[in-house]
Formats: sequence, C-alpha cells, structure tokens
Amino acid sequence: MSVPRYWREIPRRYRLIGSKCTNCGRTYFPPRNVCRECGSKRMEEVKLSERGKVITWAVIYDPPRGFEKYVPYIIAIVELDDGTRIMTQITDCEPDEIRIGTRVYAVFRKIREEGESGIIYYGYKFKPLQ
Amino acid sequence: MTKEAGIIGYGAYIPMYRIKASEIGKIWGNHNGHLPVMEKAVAGIDEDLVTISVEAAKYAIRRAKIDPKEIGAVYIGTESKPYAVKPSGTIVAEAIGATPLVVTADFEFACKAGTEAFQACIDHVLSGRIKYAMAIGADTAQGRPGDQLEYTAASGGAAFIFTKKSDKTLAYCEGAVSFVTDTPDFWRRAHEHYPMHAERFTGEPAYFHHIISSVKTLMENMGLRPSDFKYAVFHQPNAKFPVKVAKKLGFTMDQIKPGLLSPEIGNCYAGSSLVGFAATLDVANPGDRILLASYGSGAGSDAFSFVVQDIILEKRNPIPSVRSLIKVRRYIDYSIYVKFRGKIRA
Amino acid sequence: MRKVAVIAIGYTKIKEHWNLSIRDLFTEAAITALNEAAIDRVDALYVGNMASGYCQHQEHLGALMADYMGLKSPPAVKIEAADASGGMALREGFQAVASGLHDFVVVGGVEKMSDVLTSDVTYAIAMGADQEYEAFIGATFAALSAMVKRIYQHKYHVSDELIATLPVHCHEMASKNPYAQYPFKITVEQVLSSPFVAEPLRLLECSSPGDGAAILILCPLEKARNFTDTPVEIAGVGAATDTIALYQRDDLTTFKAIIEAANMAYKMARVEPGEVDVAEIHDSFSITGIISLEDLGFFEKGEAAKAIYEGEVAPGGKIAVNTFGGLKARGHPAGATGIYQAVEIVKQLRGEAGKNQVDGAEIGLTQNVGGVGGTAIVHIFRRLR
Repeated sequence: MSVPRYWREIPRRYRLIGSKCTNCGRTYFPPRNVCRECGSKRMEEVKLSERGKVITWAVIYDPPRGFEKYVPYIIAIVELDDGTRIMTQITDCEPDEIRIGTRVYAVFRKIREEGESGIIYYGYKFKPLQ
Repeated sequence: MTKEAGIIGYGAYIPMYRIKASEIGKIWGNHNGHLPVMEKAVAGIDEDLVTISVEAAKYAIRRAKIDPKEIGAVYIGTESKPYAVKPSGTIVAEAIGATPLVVTADFEFACKAGTEAFQACIDHVLSGRIKYAMAIGADTAQGRPGDQLEYTAASGGAAFIFTKKSDKTLAYCEGAVSFVTDTPDFWRRAHEHYPMHAERFTGEPAYFHHIISSVKTLMENMGLRPSDFKYAVFHQPNAKFPVKVAKKLGFTMDQIKPGLLSPEIGNCYAGSSLVGFAATLDVANPGDRILLASYGSGAGSDAFSFVVQDIILEKRNPIPSVRSLIKVRRYIDYSIYVKFRGKIRA
Repeated sequence: MRKVAVIAIGYTKIKEHWNLSIRDLFTEAAITALNEAAIDRVDALYVGNMASGYCQHQEHLGALMADYMGLKSPPAVKIEAADASGGMALREGFQAVASGLHDFVVVGGVEKMSDVLTSDVTYAIAMGADQEYEAFIGATFAALSAMVKRIYQHKYHVSDELIATLPVHCHEMASKNPYAQYPFKITVEQVLSSPFVAEPLRLLECSSPGDGAAILILCPLEKARNFTDTPVEIAGVGAATDTIALYQRDDLTTFKAIIEAANMAYKMARVEPGEVDVAEIHDSFSITGIISLEDLGFFEKGEAAKAIYEGEVAPGGKIAVNTFGGLKARGHPAGATGIYQAVEIVKQLRGEAGKNQVDGAEIGLTQNVGGVGGTAIVHIFRRLR
C-alpha cells in the first residue's frame, strides 16, 4: 500500500477522529465533508467514543493477502456509545466468546506489516470489556 | 522554585497471553526441574512495543487528567523496537495526541532504558522548558528457543508522566544516581534476531555489582538506610535475583513484595522495574518512600528515591491496578507462542 | 426516448480459460453476436469490467476491444461499478440508443481472473469495498456478507438449512447448462458441511470467480425486426447507489439501492413484481441472493428462503430464478455477470433457454449489484410478439 495513503489516515485511525454535522448532529467515521443525512457542509472534527457494542460479526478463515498469519480473526460492526458505527477487528477474543451486544472498547494494535521490510500499519481494534 | 520532579500520572500494560515455564520446559527437556519463573506474559500477534507503550501511556494520561497536547516529551526505552531505524516514539506520540510540538526519541540501554528515560524527563521538567515529560519503559523481549532466557523473556511496559513537584503530583523524586561501566554481560549484534549472554557472568559482576553500587551510592548521598524505605523495587530478570539483591542490600521481603511481579509475568526488560514500580504505587500511601533500582546489561543501574504524596489516594480509581490487569490472562501452548512471537518463519 | 431492443447475444462458457487472453475472450463472444446480428456498423461500444487493471495491468478496454473486434473507430469506453460493471455497461448502451444518439450499440462484459493467484483475486474484488475502512482492517466480501447473514438470521430467525436452498437451487439449474462453470447438483448437506470461508458463510454459499465474456447488441426497437425475428425489448431500467461501506448503512438486512433501482425499473416498464416470469438475480452469496429476492419485491422480508424451499423459484413456480445457474453455479466473472444475466433473460424470452425454459415467459428481470449493495442496477425485459 502506498505510504502517503496510509499516512493521511493516521490521525483518524490512531485517535478515532470522526466528524459531526453541526446542523443535524449526526456523527461519521471516517470524517466527511458533507452530511449524508441533511446535506450540510458544516462538519466539525470530533473525537469519537472509545466504547461500544457489537452489532454483528464474522470470523474470517479465508483471508485477503497480508492477513494470513492472523487467521482466524473476527471482523465486526460496532456501534459506539455516541451512535457512530465503525467496522473493526475484535482482538483478544475467541470466536465463541462474542455475541450480538457484547460490550467492547478501543485498543491500539498492529493491523498488519508490509512483509519483512515494508512499513507497519497500526490502527484501532476493539476488545471485549472484562 | 521546586527542585524536585514529580509523577502526575502512571500506567502499565501487560498483554493477556501467558505461557507457563513448565510448558517451555516440556519442549526443551528442562533438566533439573528448576524454573526461573512460573509463567510469562506474551505479546499477542497484533501487539508490539509500540502498541504496549500506547496502552500504558493512555492509562497514565487518564490518571494524570492532563491534555495530551501539553506533553512536551515522549521517550520510549526499549530493546524491541519494531523498526531499527524510525522512532517508535513518533507513533506513540501521534497515537496519544501529543504531536506535533513534542520532543521524542527511543532510548536503548537494555533493561534500564525505561529509567534512562526517567533521567531525561526529570531534567526536562526541572529546567522549566517542558511542562510534562513522559517516560515509557516497555519490551516484547525475545529469548533464543531452548536458551535459559526463553523462560523469562516477556512483554509488558509502563509509562510515567513527570512534571514539577506540586500538590497535583502523586510522588516526587528526591534523588537519583546512575552507575554505569562497560560490562558486556548480555548483547545483541545489529542483524541478529536473538541476544547472547555470558551466563553466570550476568550475575555477580553485572546485575548485583551495578545495583548494589547505585543503591549504596544513592543511600550514602542522601543519608538514608534501607529501613527508611517503605518499599523497594528492583529489576526482575527472574524470581530469584531481586530477592537476593534485596537481601544483600538489607531490604526485607515485605518491602519488595508489592513490586515483585516477575514470577507471574516474567521479565519485560525495560518495562520490568517500571511495572514493579507502578504496582507498588498502586498500594503505597502518602509519605511512603520507595526505592527504584533498575539494571541494564552493558551495564548500568539507575537508582531513585521517590516519596509518595497525598493525592495518590484520589488517583487510584478508575484506572485498573497492575495486579488487577495481570489477573486477566489466557494460557497458550508452545505452538501458539512460537507463532505469536514469529519464531517460525514461513 | 426511443424504445430499445436486444437483437443479438454472444457469450463464452465460464471457466479458467488458460489459453484465452482478455481480448481473445471478449472478441470470441463479440464475433458470435455480430454474426447473429449481421449489422453493418457499430456506433458505440461499452465494455463492463472490474479488475483488468489489477489482473491484466490493462486499462483502456474500450479502445482495445473495438480494435480487436475489427471495428472501424466507434466511441468506446470501459464501465466500472465493481461487480455491477456489466449491468451498468448495459445501462450506458441503453441510454445511448434510447436518447437517439446512436443506433447500433455493442454492450459487453468481460473478466479474466485466472491470470492472477486466488489471493490476488480476493484482493482485487475487495477493491469494490471501502479500501481504507473495510479492506484495510482485513475485511473480505465474504466477511461483509457473512455479517449480513448473521444479523438477518438474528432478526428473521431463518435457519442455515433454509438459506442453503438458494445455492442448491442454482446448481440444480446449472446442471442443465453446459456453459455454466459448475454444471452439477449439490445438496443442502454438502453446503452445510463445506468449510467456513467467513463464519457464518460456508464455501458452497459463496460464488466463485471465473473467466468469461458476454455480449448484447442493441438497436432501436423500430429497426429491430430487420435483424432478428425475436427482438426483446428493454422495457425498464433502474439504478441506485448506497454508502460504499456496509457499516454506514441504516439497516443491514436490506439493500436500499436494490429497492430503489427495482422501483425505478418497475415504474418505467409499468410492471409489478408479481408479473415477472423469470429473473436473474445477484447471488454473490446465499444471503445476498435471498435478500435480493425480497428487496426486488418477489417475497416478503424474511420469507424468501422458505419460498425457495417450497419450490417457488423453480421453472413452474411463482418466478423462475437463475435458470442459468446464478453467480454461484454459472460462475461470477465480476464485470461480465451483468451481461450474462441479460443473455439468459433474452434467451428465456425468445424461447431458447433449453432444459430450463420457462413456458411462455414474457417479462424478465436482471438484477446486478456492486459490492455489498453499493450499486444496484435492474433491467426489465419484455418479449415482443
């Protein structure tokens, strides 16, 4: 993956920065320029909630390139406490430990590496609250 | 004008995976049944030095209740940098929101790299140039398969935020000594994957000599005796060494117990004494004096005397204590362990 | 707007065509169609394709195919909308003729996935998802659809066995069609014992990539009978988009883009869902096919799987679905699928569909989707007497 493409998304991925429509209040991740709900272009950056609940999930056994060593891993749609939805991996969790509604919180993890000599991609994952 | 630096926030992070030393012993034919620790913490396959540092740093910031933008320095002390060239500090600083006006660097001095960072942070804040300075000691240490050190090389770390002593700081540093000589007891050459060590030489001339020297010098300088301290935390490469050095110096088991975690989590190298220090702060009371003595191969020891302040009692909740964090664990076998640690190459 | 008819078709079997390049595949199908139509000029060419850049390192397919088809110099362009590329290319061709701009238009779809490794194919297909916020974290289309399956089952209490009836049905249809990639039957037991690709989706619930090309030739309806005795009218077209990322949708058990596209097409064709005799739907996965049947208005929400089980989608049932085998058994050369769907409907309405012919089929529908509902395109076809 290109370095500029990864670098550009760093602040939002590292710190869960989304955008909020100053007109209707809807929040988005990642940030956007135009609100899908009301069409307003007056969006402001917001730090999103770091806790949420699982809406649905899948366990990947057939990975895309670059993710082979992580199989099996869990992908989920999480609804954050502030209402924003996000797609994320669920880590430190066995496939049979997760349910619709499981409470989770954000952690900073490695997403993958570009082989032995490329850069390392970091980002958010979520793990179940103890 | 205060001449002392204080800690306004601290946090530790230990990965949840554990491998029992007996499991390692099973694979490598452990001869005499002696296991240097019970079990050790293993970084998950998506964890590394950077991710561990970020988690510890975030706890520290929450405890400190400061705006991360006001952190003017982020130093990571480690020997498990994921990049040989590219600072881990920039990734951590970005993740915690301290960028862009921050000085950052990665420190290396084996297991005392974390306390190296302490030394720099203390001077940063006392000079008046930087308001908050964060020191992190963390590692995802690797032991050569089958080697003695494989039983103990573990993952974990802790972060400490320094600032000028005030009633907002939970402990202040009243003295520090660094005792360093060129002693090659343990090393890793640039393109090697695993370290080498000089076996029994790592004991007396290395670990014991440097810690005993730094601590004795500190106590002499400050006119203190072991009984003046409520607690003492030593670098913990295994379960025996810290107990032995405490005894040699005249400290009791009660003094070192709260900070002695290596039997349960192994040796997280640059994080080792710092995690022990964090666990001690978790139970210390205002007025308690704590000795912190690290040891880094190569070799050297940093000794500090900290005094706990009143506000520590307010700073406990809701950040989980180190002991409560390490209670959450999942055991893995040797095959998963070598996969997680990248010891098998595809 | 003029009325538009399909006057000729051409297509290849779907398989790993090791000996045919992407231009060979396309031109082979195109020549079949051109021979059938016997037109003396082509005014425009639209080539639906998703991944030629990644798989063949070849873009500019419009000019390439026009060149190798031996056409003089028509305007030509590649149309891309993930795996709705074929359907969207057809829509472009339709617009060109309906607007009066062009008379004779060739619309095709082609995909050649066997040129790269399987892991590369998965990677290329995932380019239809949100790269930075879905693919970046390791999601695959199977995983996205698996998440939809889980929440659909949670809401509508439909069992794995019932959902498995769709791939079983598609294979039943394909077993009578030698041009399908997998012309053999499978059972529900086989589906449920196949390994998980992304739990809860199993291998035999997922369509597979393949190589193939399919072509339609369009012209104004008023001229169609000069070229064929069995012109088929494109009576309605509807298309819509939704958020590219699945997690940004409001309801994960329905695809708004499909509903909107279908409504647009039904309105234009003046047809009710109940009047459709035969449909080619986008069963990229068992669950997406089932939701498609509901979102197209053929069955109530939560009821499609049961209807399949009860034989409602076989020829003779309420509506014959995927008589060419669907994406699952016909194969899914991503950018070509939309045209293969149209080819089957045209054959059905001409009475040339072979063993799976629906007697007296008059109204047919194709539904082609990009990604997990990011784009949806529906065409409605009508037999002309």
